[in-house]
Amino acid sequence: MELLQTIGIVFGDYTLRTVLLGALILGGVSGVLGALALLRRQSLLGDTISHAALPGIAMAFLLSGSKSSLVLLSGAALSGWLATLFMLQVVRTSRIKDDTALGLVLSVFFGFGLVLLTFIQKRPDAAQAGLDKFLFGQAATLMAEDVTIMAWLSALVFVLVVLFWKELKVYLFDSGFAESLGFPTRWLDILLLSLLVITIVIGLQTVGVVLMSAMVVAPAAAARQWTHRLERMVLLAGLFGMFAGVSGSLTSSLVPRLPTGPTIVVVATIMVLCSLLFAPARGILWNRFRLKRQQKSIQVHIALLTLLDLAEHHRDYRHQHSLEVVRAVLPRTTHLSRTLKELEERGWITVPRKGFVALTARGVEVARRFRENQEVAG
Amino acid sequence: MADVRNSGPMAVEIEDLTVAYQQQPVLWDVDLRIPRGVLMAIVGPNGAGKTTLIKAVLGLVRPLAGEVRIFGKPYKEQRQRVAYVPQRSSVDWDFPTTVLDVVMMGRYGQLGWFRRPGRRERRLAMAALEKLGMQAFAERQISQLSGGQQQRVFLARALVQDADVYLMDEPFQGVDATTERAIVTLLQELSRQKKTVVVVHHDLQSVPDYFHWVALLNVRAIASGPVDRVFTLDNLKKTYGGHLVWIEKEALAGSD
Repeated sequence: MELLQTIGIVFGDYTLRTVLLGALILGGVSGVLGALALLRRQSLLGDTISHAALPGIAMAFLLSGSKSSLVLLSGAALSGWLATLFMLQVVRTSRIKDDTALGLVLSVFFGFGLVLLTFIQKRPDAAQAGLDKFLFGQAATLMAEDVTIMAWLSALVFVLVVLFWKELKVYLFDSGFAESLGFPTRWLDILLLSLLVITIVIGLQTVGVVLMSAMVVAPAAAARQWTHRLERMVLLAGLFGMFAGVSGSLTSSLVPRLPTGPTIVVVATIMVLCSLLFAPARGILWNRFRLKRQQKSIQVHIALLTLLDLAEHHRDYRHQHSLEVVRAVLPRTTHLSRTLKELEERGWITVPRKGFVALTARGVEVARRFRENQEVAG
Repeated sequence: MADVRNSGPMAVEIEDLTVAYQQQPVLWDVDLRIPRGVLMAIVGPNGAGKTTLIKAVLGLVRPLAGEVRIFGKPYKEQRQRVAYVPQRSSVDWDFPTTVLDVVMMGRYGQLGWFRRPGRRERRLAMAALEKLGMQAFAERQISQLSGGQQQRVFLARALVQDADVYLMDEPFQGVDATTERAIVTLLQELSRQKKTVVVVHHDLQSVPDYFHWVALLNVRAIASGPVDRVFTLDNLKKTYGGHLVWIEKEALAGSD
């Protein structure tokens, strides 16, 4: 009953419906583009572009006096794009390294943006109020028209990514090779960065310039943990982004005074944490588990070989070795009781009486085969 | 030998090539003529500009002066006839993709814009992998490969380019014995097919065994030609200066 009520509220409420749709679009597109940006190996890029959008927003307002999202976001896109080209040019023509260039462009543009914003806010007329919503985003101000613009822009981004998929892929993996094939990598890079600018502009109103970079990095970083294929990684990042967008804005609508944009970012960050911990193959827990298992199996094999040596020394495969002797000959790091238990469970040794162990016929056979293999490999 | 090689234009012709990074010349006025069908090593000390030379031929670095022609025409018109094997370390091997995918990238040039690789590209890529003993790895994630396997994937990618000139940047760098043999076999096969193969090489010892043509480079072109005429102690001293690495006398031309 309660669930139905909740659903009723969500889809009956115009504002919430708009916000949800907006968050879905913004999450999807920033996941997809974020995945490509991540593979370009410049994580600061999203950060730089989104911060660099701020002066554009302020300038657009100063020049036009309008507060329509279309005007302000056009300004944001223009200044984000100029910052990107400026950064590329600095790297290409000077000896400044790319991370320095990114940091430089970020602080210069963002600082200028804050100056303009303060200047606007100190003006006597009251018409300027509300520009600072672009700092941390304010999803509640999203209108149906805004979401329509967001939808069209993300459709454009998706179409271009699909169209240039092959070219972007070879450029991202091996730009020198791509260039030798005749693909203009400089233009492909500008294409990729321009798509990233559009993506960030899509999210500015909801998430804001400060947190938008997290939306570009987080779903992509989470998706990278789960797959080894570019296609799947990009799709997964899109889905993760959508999930973060929808569940973040739902949560913030159900809990009073929880801001939408930051909640979306928090959800995305939790997804990154979970992926880092639990993803198979790349996850931390998985790796630890695999390491432990490997360690155990090596200890078991070394113990078995040592027992065989010991038995051969006594010229008797069924010789009963006392545990003190076994402990003395095994490597000090061996977990003795666990290792012997494992050997017994596998039927490779028996415990004829308390405090003694002996190889079984099967154990001798396995140990010999194992030793032969080792000799061949060595 | 000379009969085929002197007919028609050179496979690669480099004239007065000068390249500088930040005012520091890396290549100075290099002239180099690589005849059709030779299997050639480029040797020289670190910082001699070997990689830069290959990149300049491919148009990846812009020269200050000079000209490069492939079969008598600029590279831009001859792209499809040239295959490139970059240094293995130049890419991120943790990139999320498979062996087969990387090899198919060798067909992207012929495919051109927007066309996707399909069944034909897959078949060619599998055939190339088989030549290098890597067919079992086709679906493998590239981050799981050893250094030698990575190198063989790069060679397979160049192979599907089906070119006339192969430019390889240190394919023997840090590979295991299996891979070294696989590469040598491949080089010899390409040579039999009258392809022109240019290899940046570090191990002076193996030059006479693996190659029959050699270019000695140290910012300037010191000498180039058949190994038995050019690969002499005298030329090596000129190339490497005082600190010539130890090399067996028998390996050198004209030492007996």
